[in-house]
Amino acid sequence: MAQTTTGPALEAGQLIKTYPGGRGKKPIRALDGLSFTAETGTVFGLLGPNGAGKSTTVKILATLARADSGSATVAGIDVARHPDRARRAIGFVAQKQVSDPMDTGRENLVLAGQLQGMRTGDAKIRAVELLERFSLTEAANRLVKTYSGGMARKLDVAIGLMHRPSVLFLDEPTTGLDPEARAEMWAEIERMARLEQMTVLLTTHYLDEADRLASSLAIVDHGRVVAHGTPEELKNQLRGDAVIIELSTETDVAAAQRAVSRVESLREIGMDGHTLRARADIATVALPLALAALEDASLRVLSATVARPSLDDVYLRHTGRTFARAQENTELQGSNR
Amino acid sequence: MTTFVTHTAILTARQLRAATRIPVFLVMNLIQPVIWLLLFGQLFKAVVEIPGFGAGGSYLEFLTPGIIMMMALFGSAWAGTVYIQDMDRGVMDRFLTSPTSRGALMVSTILYQGVLAVVQALVVLGIAWLSGARFHGGLTGILVLLLAVVLLTAVFSAFSNAIALLARQQTALIGISQLISFPLMFLSSAIMNTKLSPEWVRNVARFNPFEWAVVAGRQALSAVPDWAAIWANLGLLAALTVVMAWLATLAFRGYQRST
Repeated sequence: MAQTTTGPALEAGQLIKTYPGGRGKKPIRALDGLSFTAETGTVFGLLGPNGAGKSTTVKILATLARADSGSATVAGIDVARHPDRARRAIGFVAQKQVSDPMDTGRENLVLAGQLQGMRTGDAKIRAVELLERFSLTEAANRLVKTYSGGMARKLDVAIGLMHRPSVLFLDEPTTGLDPEARAEMWAEIERMARLEQMTVLLTTHYLDEADRLASSLAIVDHGRVVAHGTPEELKNQLRGDAVIIELSTETDVAAAQRAVSRVESLREIGMDGHTLRARADIATVALPLALAALEDASLRVLSATVARPSLDDVYLRHTGRTFARAQENTELQGSNR
Repeated sequence: MTTFVTHTAILTARQLRAATRIPVFLVMNLIQPVIWLLLFGQLFKAVVEIPGFGAGGSYLEFLTPGIIMMMALFGSAWAGTVYIQDMDRGVMDRFLTSPTSRGALMVSTILYQGVLAVVQALVVLGIAWLSGARFHGGLTGILVLLLAVVLLTAVFSAFSNAIALLARQQTALIGISQLISFPLMFLSSAIMNTKLSPEWVRNVARFNPFEWAVVAGRQALSAVPDWAAIWANLGLLAALTVVMAWLATLAFRGYQRST
């Protein structure tokens, strides 16, 4: 309904947000000068582990929370100054379920449309259309509490789309879904971005999800953007393929690193437990040399892999830790903002 | 303004729809007052004979409006539960990121609680009538009593909603509600004529919104209603309703600030 004005669809400038830390604890700085810009009509990904500040960013842009300082614009509207106008331009799919379990799928959709100012008749027609598109027609008149996780999540997205927003926020849309439901959701998001011609802000802690859906993305760590660009650009910055060699557990790690460092075509050599990672311009040439070097040092190799650069490598490069490890750490701290 | 009215209507309808899907709660909320009504009605039957009680009817007749208001008070103290559920379910965040009228979010829960309270009041009146109580105020009396029920419900639903928005936890909501409800109930003439209570109780009761509703309701049901007292008490309740609803709507800002 709301038309986008010229300029970027989404803009966050130097956002800072601090949450009180609770009794005797330090305040938690969720956002520490986070900035990014998303162009109209694209899927923009915010990628980072739990607690990196993704949800906080979405909450500020969606008018739910207020930043301590910094600027936030949605479809050319300053969200702090004109929250009501911004609310007409956006659809919001939070990290947790947003549909009412005690209403049917259809009732949820119609209510959302009515609250956005649609006439009841129009809302009903739109609801039928969305139920059809998300393959929920059969479940339309059932209470949402009887839906599977995947169905409820699809309904959440449909609710966000009711009033044809110019910007849609999808906060971790596939977290907690089984692989099948996730693949289905991905297909829907791709189709949606194409059909509705809107800007989607997608937050995710799945690298493959960002890689597949986002046309442009920002990697977020500790409340700031550490890298941004298209997935291809980010991967190309790494120059070259990844070489991953898994050594048997009794191997002398230092000896392995010494042996491999003599191979000239390998660089950025690092050890992660008994897994050796390195980078090479042409991995198929470098790998046999590396294996030969290890063989000469009588070190036992369990497996060897060659991979095109992945977003995981990008993440490692910019934050100094692998994505899986970052995720573990934040989960241990139990923070999830 | 039209947005406010439409939003209030559709949001009230949503809650009524949910209530009809779990009617158990409606029934459960009734059990306690009915037990109190029948138990107290029997237990304290003789208190009307104490000189100075001067109710002019049976104790059951004296007690019924008190029990009805008690039910409205306790029911509305729980009103914030709807918000807590909506917060836990993410429904609240969705409403707040859409152009949903904040005033409508507040007034719809108040109206919904009002409807529940009226239904329950009618049930209790019916049970009291079957047990032998007679209400001389007739239909007008009953309508005025119901008006007092709705206003009392509005005051405490708004209060409960505000607590829900600020505390965000069911346990905190229940704790604070109980802390407030019980003293209000005993510092009133709901179950005992305050003419027989210590003077300080009478003085405190004059400032007790719950007492305003009890007096208005009891007077309305009596054979010779004191209309001046009825309208004065209803007026106080109406004024407090407006203030509480306004303050509670402001609590949305507090909720958003801490998100």
